[in-house]
Amino acid sequence: MPDKILEIKDLDITFKTTAGPVHAIRGVNVDLERGETVAIVGESGSGKSVVMKTAMGILAGNATINGGEIIFRYTDDDGNAQEVDILKKEKRWIRQNVNGRRIAMIFQDPMTSLDPTMTIGNQLIEGMIMHLNLPKDEAKQRALELLKEVGISDPEKRYKQYPHQLSGGMRQRVVIAIAISCYPDLLICDEPTTALDVTIQARILELIKTIQKEHGISVIYITHDLGVVAKVADYVNVMYAGRIVEVGNVEEIFYDPKHPYTWGLLSAMPDLNTNDDRLYTIPGSPPNLLHEVVGDAFAPRNQYALKADWKEQPPMFRVSDTHYAATWLLDERAPRIEIPEELKNRIERMKADHEVGNGSRL
Amino acid sequence: MALVTLLIITFLLFLMVRIMPGNPFPSERMSADAIAKKRAEMGLNDPIFVQFGNYMKNVLLKGSFGKGSSLYNGAPISTVLPQCMANSFKIGGISILLGTLIGLILGIAAALNRGRFWDTFCTVLSIVGVCVPSYVFMIFLQYFLAYKVTIFPFYFDASRFLSSSVIPALSLSLFSMSTVARFTRNEMVEVMDFDYVLLAESKGMYGTKLVTRHILRNALIPIVTVIAPLVVDLLTGALVVEKIYGINGLGKLLVDAISGEGIDYNYVLALGIIYSALYILIMLILDIAYGLLDPRIRLAGKKES
Repeated sequence: MPDKILEIKDLDITFKTTAGPVHAIRGVNVDLERGETVAIVGESGSGKSVVMKTAMGILAGNATINGGEIIFRYTDDDGNAQEVDILKKEKRWIRQNVNGRRIAMIFQDPMTSLDPTMTIGNQLIEGMIMHLNLPKDEAKQRALELLKEVGISDPEKRYKQYPHQLSGGMRQRVVIAIAISCYPDLLICDEPTTALDVTIQARILELIKTIQKEHGISVIYITHDLGVVAKVADYVNVMYAGRIVEVGNVEEIFYDPKHPYTWGLLSAMPDLNTNDDRLYTIPGSPPNLLHEVVGDAFAPRNQYALKADWKEQPPMFRVSDTHYAATWLLDERAPRIEIPEELKNRIERMKADHEVGNGSRL
Repeated sequence: MALVTLLIITFLLFLMVRIMPGNPFPSERMSADAIAKKRAEMGLNDPIFVQFGNYMKNVLLKGSFGKGSSLYNGAPISTVLPQCMANSFKIGGISILLGTLIGLILGIAAALNRGRFWDTFCTVLSIVGVCVPSYVFMIFLQYFLAYKVTIFPFYFDASRFLSSSVIPALSLSLFSMSTVARFTRNEMVEVMDFDYVLLAESKGMYGTKLVTRHILRNALIPIVTVIAPLVVDLLTGALVVEKIYGINGLGKLLVDAISGEGIDYNYVLALGIIYSALYILIMLILDIAYGLLDPRIRLAGKKES
């Protein structure tokens, strides 16, 4: 029986700005099964972080939620299964029952996400004292264990230090330790490796993966890095201009993409095995959401755009039980348009590599 | 370091007082001969460095700032000064406490209610507070609290210190209150959008804990910077307020020293030195406060020493 821990339904959010209302999230649906990993992929400004901040109840003050639901399922302290719509709960309730305790978040930039005036130790035990009602010395004991678990050497010393005395990679480890300190059910990683050195990136991803396996946590990755997605995700949601345009499991998205935007993203990945020395980029830039979008938001950048794309927003077409894409190309009336030749070759190469067992799907 | 700065300032002050137009004698009432005699007696004809050397010898060895030439019948300055300092410091102290406290409260209220009534209210209040000079506000207070309703005395009265310091302290605190409120509000609003506050919130922190531990502490660092010069301003007394309300303080003393019959060199100099010394002292305290608030500064300092 499917056990969905988080269900985001038709989320719709507008930001008030000095230039006027920005319709940043235009009906987003994301599902997450317990224990699985979902990635939300998209360009900067596509609204991926906003969706997750909404689920955490830490949305900026100028945002208005126009509609939708965020259903979160958990087991309460008495062992009863609970189902809540986070959007309907007040902030204080979310802070006490959800934040840190059941859903934890890892932010993009470890250089700015730790409080500079507080020791690592105090930032670590803060949540435990609040949520788990641990006395201070027990919390400290657990904090030291956590630091060890996330791979920080000399935890006793680090415990007393301030964030500026630690390197970026170490700070991100601390942030991860904070996130898992109260045994959350769900971990949201908002571009957890973007601000880090390439050499550290892989290690942090590995760490999150290990922790996920050991604690049975569900994970949501927000990222624009398809390399990260291939390494960690079970399911992928491709987001563009405040909407999910394609969703599927990782093989479907990488080997059988249907949406032209996903084609663009895949083609834009650097690839060493090609004779072409130019790097593909998707032409144009994302639409300005100050203006209401008519039709498919991607149409202006889409060389395969159909007439219908300019007039009406495409619905989600079913490709398989797990694979859906919002493009009129999948309509039965549409002309048959194939994946660009170059991308096709590339996918063949990826498949072959994967079968040979080169580990990563890329 | 601080002492060297003070020495340089003292020398500059000394020079400026000598260069300043006007002279220490009520020229209408003294003959040219008498003035010349007095000048010689005070050593004003000596080269400037000799004068400075003598002055410093007096200050450093005897701890005396010399005598006044026209004020208080030439009584030694060191006997007049303590009373004036006490008055100024007490009233200044009350007003800085008042201003900082109310300013912080207003600023926090505004930041937590960004874009709503309290925010607008505090913004308007602090603009008014910065624009209205303290002596205008004081005259206003005098009119309502001492004339219309006689709760507080109209003029300063040392025998009723507490009740007679309410009006000047309130009016002096207006400016610091507004400044602190405005800064607190802006700094807090800025800090509230930082990642580490989002992280704290996503840990489940809320309410007072979130504000005091994570937001206010970080916002305080720049706020301390604006408070420091305000403190000096207030401790050394506001010239006009003291003069109007008849408070025997440093501000009034300075005004008297300049506007009396002839400029009283020694008083002007002594007060100048006190102002500078205070300023340096406050800045020193400020630096220490920085270290307490911001571990980055504290630890950097340790490494050097």
